[in-house]
Amino acid sequence: MIAETGLAALWLAASLALLQLLLAFAGLKGGKSELLAAVRPAAVAQGLLTATAFALLIILFLRSDMSVLLVATNSHSMKPWLYKFAGTWGNHEGSMLLWVTVMGVAGAAVALFERALQRDAHMATLGGQAAISLGFYAFLLFSSNPFARIAQPPADGQGLNPLLQDPGLAFHPPTLYLGYVGLSVAFSFAIGALLTRQVDAAFARAMRPWVLAAWVLLTLGITAGSYWAYYELGWGGWWFWDPVENASLMPWLAATALLHSVTVLATRDALRAWTIMLAVIAFSMSMVGTFLVRSGILTSVHAFAVDPTRGSFILALLAIYIGGALALFGWRIGSVREGAPFELVSRETMLVVNNLLLSVILGIVLIGTLYPLMTEAFGHKVSVGAPYFDRIAGPIALALMIALAIGPMVRWRRDGAGAVGKRLLVPAVVGLVAVAVLAAFAWGRIGVLPFLGLVIAVAVGAASIAPLWKRNLLRTPLFTWGMVIAHLGCAVSLAGMACDSAFTVEKLVAARPGDTIQTAGWTLRFIQIMPVAGDNWTALQADMRVDRGGTPVLIRPQSRFFASPPTSTSEAALLTRWDGQLYVVLGEEVEGGRWQLRIWWKPFVTLIWLGGVMIALGGALALVGRERRGWLMKWRARRALA
Amino acid sequence: MKAKHQRLFLALAALVAIIGAGLLAVSALKDEAAYFYTPGDVKTKGVEPGKAIRLGGMVVKGSLKRAADGVTIRFDVTDGKATVPATFSGIAPDLFKEGSGVVAEGAFDGKGTFVATNLLAKHDERYMPRELEGMSYNESTHEMKAER
Repeated sequence: MIAETGLAALWLAASLALLQLLLAFAGLKGGKSELLAAVRPAAVAQGLLTATAFALLIILFLRSDMSVLLVATNSHSMKPWLYKFAGTWGNHEGSMLLWVTVMGVAGAAVALFERALQRDAHMATLGGQAAISLGFYAFLLFSSNPFARIAQPPADGQGLNPLLQDPGLAFHPPTLYLGYVGLSVAFSFAIGALLTRQVDAAFARAMRPWVLAAWVLLTLGITAGSYWAYYELGWGGWWFWDPVENASLMPWLAATALLHSVTVLATRDALRAWTIMLAVIAFSMSMVGTFLVRSGILTSVHAFAVDPTRGSFILALLAIYIGGALALFGWRIGSVREGAPFELVSRETMLVVNNLLLSVILGIVLIGTLYPLMTEAFGHKVSVGAPYFDRIAGPIALALMIALAIGPMVRWRRDGAGAVGKRLLVPAVVGLVAVAVLAAFAWGRIGVLPFLGLVIAVAVGAASIAPLWKRNLLRTPLFTWGMVIAHLGCAVSLAGMACDSAFTVEKLVAARPGDTIQTAGWTLRFIQIMPVAGDNWTALQADMRVDRGGTPVLIRPQSRFFASPPTSTSEAALLTRWDGQLYVVLGEEVEGGRWQLRIWWKPFVTLIWLGGVMIALGGALALVGRERRGWLMKWRARRALA
Repeated sequence: MKAKHQRLFLALAALVAIIGAGLLAVSALKDEAAYFYTPGDVKTKGVEPGKAIRLGGMVVKGSLKRAADGVTIRFDVTDGKATVPATFSGIAPDLFKEGSGVVAEGAFDGKGTFVATNLLAKHDERYMPRELEGMSYNESTHEMKAER
C-alpha cells in the first residue's frame, strides 16, 4: 500500500503542477485575480505531496520492502539502518525523486515566504517553477518510477555499492541537491521577471535570498563531496576533475557569478540583462549536470544505471527548458530598460571582472567536460584530464582571487585609482613578505602554481579582512561580516590546496608486523594485522601506533570486503592534527608476509574544506543579515505608523 | 560613459571573455586530443618520453610481476596490435588483474617502459573506464579485440 500511495501522491503532485501552470497563465493573461488566488495553494499542496512521496520511499527502504523493485535492486536487509535510510537516494530513481521533491518544496517555499515580489511577478515565477517541475515529473513517472513493484520479491536484495556505504551519503547528496535544484527558483524568478518586464533593483532584492540560500547549500554539498571522495577513495586526492564533479562545479561557478551580479542589480540597478542571463545559465548548468550524470553516458559511482531512453528524455527536457528560456530572453530583453551607468573605477566594474572571470572558468570547464563526449559521437575517443583543467583554469582562478582582493576595497559608482592603490598597500606588502619568506624556505622545492597560490592566499587573506579595518566590529552589519568571512574562506581554501600540492610527503612501503616506519617526522609502529567484521562486511585491519615525539596514537586502516554486491574497499586511517593530516592506506599482502602501506603526511590539507565551510558560513551570515535588516525596517515602519 | 555605450561595452567584454575562454580551451584540447593512447597508437604515432598521457588496454595474462620491494609491479599492456611494458609503484586497485582492462596515467621513460603514476581500473563490478568500452579480451586465443 505504501508504494501505491507514494505513486498516487506523485501523480497528484504532477497534476497540481499542471494546474498551477494553467492557473498562473490564464490568470495573468486575463487579469483574473480569482484564478491567481489558487496558484499559491496549488504550489504549497504540490510541495507537501512530493515531500510525502519522498517520505514514503524512505519508509520502504527502512522496512526493506523487497517487493519494491528499487529496494530489491539497491538495498539489503542486513544493511545498517543509516544506509537503508540514505540508500533511498543512492540510486537513479530515488535521486530523481529527491530532485523533484526539492523542486516542489522550493516552489512551496516561494509561495509561502516570498513577500517582496509584486503579485504578477510572483505568480509568473510560480508558473515558471510549475513548468520546469512538470518535465521532471514526466521523467520520473514515465521512465524512472521509484515505486514499481516486482512479482517475486527476493529475500535479501542486491545491496548498495559499498563505496556509497558511508555517513557521507546521508549528508552530501541532499545538501548538493538542495543547492543544485534550489537554483531552479532563480531560473523561475528570471522567467517571471521577463514575462512581467520587471527587472529592477526591487526584483534583485527579492531574488537575492533565494540565490544565497541555494548557493550556501551548493557550497556545503561540494565541500562535503570533496572530503568524502578524499577519505573514501583512498587516493589521497581531494578533486579529480571527474565529469561528475565538474557537473556540480559548473552550477556553482554560475551561481557565484549570479550572487555578485544580483548584488550590483540590487544596490545600483545596473547589470539587468546580465543578471537575468546568469539566473538562466545557473539552473541550466544544473540540468546539464543531471544530464551528464543520469543519462548513462558517463561511468562513475554517480551514474547508477545505463538506460539510453533516459538520456534522450533528459536531453529533450534540457533542450526545451534552456532553449525556451533563451528564446524568452531574446524576445523580451529588448524591452528591459538600460540599467544605471557606472564609472570605470568602481565596485561595479570589479564585479563585472569577477563575473567575466567566473564565466571564462565556467566555459573552460564546460568545454573540457563536453569535448570528449562530442568527439566520441564522431567515433574518436579522447580523454580530458587534470592536466587540462589545472593548466588552463588554474591561472584564471588565481587572477580571480586577485580581483577578489581588490573588489571590496573599491567604492560603488566611482572611485579614484590612486585611492584604491593606497588601500591595497597593506595586502601588497603582506604578499611581498610572503614571497620573501617562501623564497627563503621553499625555493626550488615547490612548483610555480603552488608558490603563486600560497602568496596570493596570504595577500588575499589580508585584503579580505580589510573591510573591517577601523570599524566598530559590533556595529558592522552582518552581511559585511558574511562577505569578509566568505572571502577569507576562499583564501584559506586556496592556502590548503597550495600546501597540499607543495608540501605533501608520500611514502610507499611493504612492511611486516613489528616493523617501524619513519616518514615526515612521524614514527609508525606496525603492530599487527587482524580480521574484524561489521554488519555487512569483513575486513583485514592493520593496527599501528603512530607518534611524532608525543603520546602514541592507535590508527587502524582497513581493507574491507562486502558480500553483496561482492566488492572490496579500502578504509583509510586519518589522523588530524592542527598542521595537517596523516593518511594511511592498507594495501594487499605480498610475499614474505609483508603488507603494502601507502602513507601521506599532508600539511594543512584540512584548510581546503575549512575554507569551504567558511565560504558557506559567510553566505549564511549575509542571508540572515539582509533578511534581518528587512524585518527591522518593516517593524520600525509599523511602529512609526502606530 | 553613456548608458548605451556602457551596455555595448559590457556586451563586448562578455563576448571577448567567452571567445577567449573558447580559444584557450580549444588550443589546450589540441594537446589533450593526444592524451589517450592505446599500445597500438604508441607504436604507430610514437610518444616522446616524459609526456603525460593515459595508456589504455588490457593487462596481458602472465605478465604481472612484483618487484622485491613489494610495492612495485611490472606488467604488459596490449590492445591486440602492440604490447607495451609498464611499471607502477603503489597500491593497485582491487579490480586490477591480468586479463582485465586498465587505464594507466603516467609517462614513458627513456627506455620505452611506461611508468604509471595512477591506475584507473574498474572500481566496482559495473564500472569500466570509458576509454575501454568496446574492447574485450579473448580468453582462448589471448587476443585483444578493439572495436572502434
